[in-house]
Amino acid sequence: MRTFIELWEAIKIAWSALSKNKLRAFLTLLGIIVGVTTVIGIVSITEGLDKAFGEEISSLGSNVLYVQKFPWAQQIDWDQIRNREDITMEEVKALEEYLTIPAAISPSTQTRRTVKYKSEFLEDVSITGTNEVKTSDVFPEYGRDLTAMDVHHRRLVCVIGWDVAETLFKNENPIGKRIKVGGYKFRIVGVLEKQGDVFGQSLDQEVRIPIGVFFKLFGSNRSLTITVKVENPEMIDQTRDQIRGILRRVRKVAPGAEDDFSVNQMDMIMDLYNSLTSTLYAAAIGVGAISLLVGGIGIMNIMLVSVTERTREIGIRKAIGAKRRNILWQFLVESIVISAIGGLIGIGLGFGIGKIIASISPLPTTITGWSIFLGIGFSSGVGIFFGLYPASKAAKLNPIESLRYE
Amino acid sequence: MLIDINNLIKEYHMGLEVVHALNGIDLEINKGEYVAIMGPSGSGKSTLMNILGCLDTPTAGDYSLNDTNVSTMDDNEMAEIRNREIGFVFQTFNLLPRATALHNVELPLIYSGKSASERKEQAANTLKDVGLGDRMNHQPNELSGGQRQRVAIARALVNRPSIILADEPTGNLDTRTGDEIMEILEKLHEEGNTIILVTHEEYIAEHSDRIIRLRDGRIERDEAD
Repeated sequence: MRTFIELWEAIKIAWSALSKNKLRAFLTLLGIIVGVTTVIGIVSITEGLDKAFGEEISSLGSNVLYVQKFPWAQQIDWDQIRNREDITMEEVKALEEYLTIPAAISPSTQTRRTVKYKSEFLEDVSITGTNEVKTSDVFPEYGRDLTAMDVHHRRLVCVIGWDVAETLFKNENPIGKRIKVGGYKFRIVGVLEKQGDVFGQSLDQEVRIPIGVFFKLFGSNRSLTITVKVENPEMIDQTRDQIRGILRRVRKVAPGAEDDFSVNQMDMIMDLYNSLTSTLYAAAIGVGAISLLVGGIGIMNIMLVSVTERTREIGIRKAIGAKRRNILWQFLVESIVISAIGGLIGIGLGFGIGKIIASISPLPTTITGWSIFLGIGFSSGVGIFFGLYPASKAAKLNPIESLRYE
Repeated sequence: MLIDINNLIKEYHMGLEVVHALNGIDLEINKGEYVAIMGPSGSGKSTLMNILGCLDTPTAGDYSLNDTNVSTMDDNEMAEIRNREIGFVFQTFNLLPRATALHNVELPLIYSGKSASERKEQAANTLKDVGLGDRMNHQPNELSGGQRQRVAIARALVNRPSIILADEPTGNLDTRTGDEIMEILEKLHEEGNTIILVTHEEYIAEHSDRIIRLRDGRIERDEAD
């Protein structure tokens, strides 16, 4: 009970000492505030990214492989791979014929064009040529998807994304209407459900047409992306191996030579992402640690000054009966209170900055419980560590000499 | 016997020199006495007062306070003795400048570990006893010199100490206020408190019943007033 009384008294004394000189208290706090703000800010941005990214990844599915010319994320020597041959329908047919593991295979190719309906138009829309095979979880909200007949007969039909529908057809039902895609007339058979943004890029500004039509109207000299959705996610590694084998044969890659294509997977992005975020975390903690160190030295400095200024007061207290540990506690609590306040301010600022960044950029942020503990823990720790020396100096003062101090 | 001092010796080392502040003091003081300690500078009276007040320990010799040998105690034990048995009154008042009178007076009780309500009540009562019941929430800079010294006396009294140790209590006060303070000490003596006064002023020392004169670290004269 007695220790609590002493502790509470010490906190009250610390508080009144601080409010006497607010400017000095603030300057002392600065280092701690900067340190904690940095750590909290970066952590909340990174945590937010983690969440958003995780959601995106899971919606795209971890059982999908993307066969493309170039890898998504790797240390690559561009000179070596610049001249890779495009992926064409030949490879698609080879996979359809020789892949034994159950999987959905869909080629796609892309360009950008203006889409018009009557007097409304939308520029820079992504035009995708693909077939009827489903390899993603995006379904039409209205109408239907492309069918095998559409593809086989090269019909001039299209499925449009949500934003395209919203912009061009404000009060009308788009189904059945004709729009101009890059100058060519297409009939709308479906409108896709709204997908939302990924890092600020809207996925809903898209028009899908049968791939044969795409080749005829917009050319076939682009490298394709072959999307392979494996039915059983556990077979994904074997699927990749099979794909590589088939493609190496078709593209006549010499035995022992490297693949001249890439079988990409969401995991690669996850790995790259994780390595980025761990670097970010490390940087944040590094910066934070340095600032906390600076802040701690500032606190030690200010506490030493405070002890010297209050030498007389310490002498009085000792004469009245304060023991060494009473004086030690008094000053230690003061420095802990200072740094804890700095920590709280830093946490508030860190989250505030995180929220501001979230509102003006596509980056999302979250407030996590553990980062609050981190902030308070570290700042209090700094307070204890750097406050200990001045506090013990105060405790050891000789009362007689202190009373004489001017 | 409240205070029993035998062959007290105190030496300081100033560089290579040894200063003999106290050269063998023998002294007995009983409960309820009113004693004055006088002497010129260098006589050792400050040193003796520090030892009497348990702020310092002797180099040799014994000091018994209330039948307890305090001469060989460590820092923490001495702090406790100071808290319980000694009430200091200083020439320069030595109040905490940024605390109210009430908080200043309750300070010894804080270090005794008393609860907040107990402390506030005791401190308030003691302040009333010295006539400052209406100034409890004033800070020292809002009080006159005489009032400040009265707060200091209240603080010295609040934990019911065995001795009140007053070091030149009127040194920073004008004559009339000084007289008021001496009257308070008089009253405290009549109530049974033991008072030790350290002064170099003859007319202040005359308020006491017994004057102990020091010179060169020894008792020169010890006689009833």
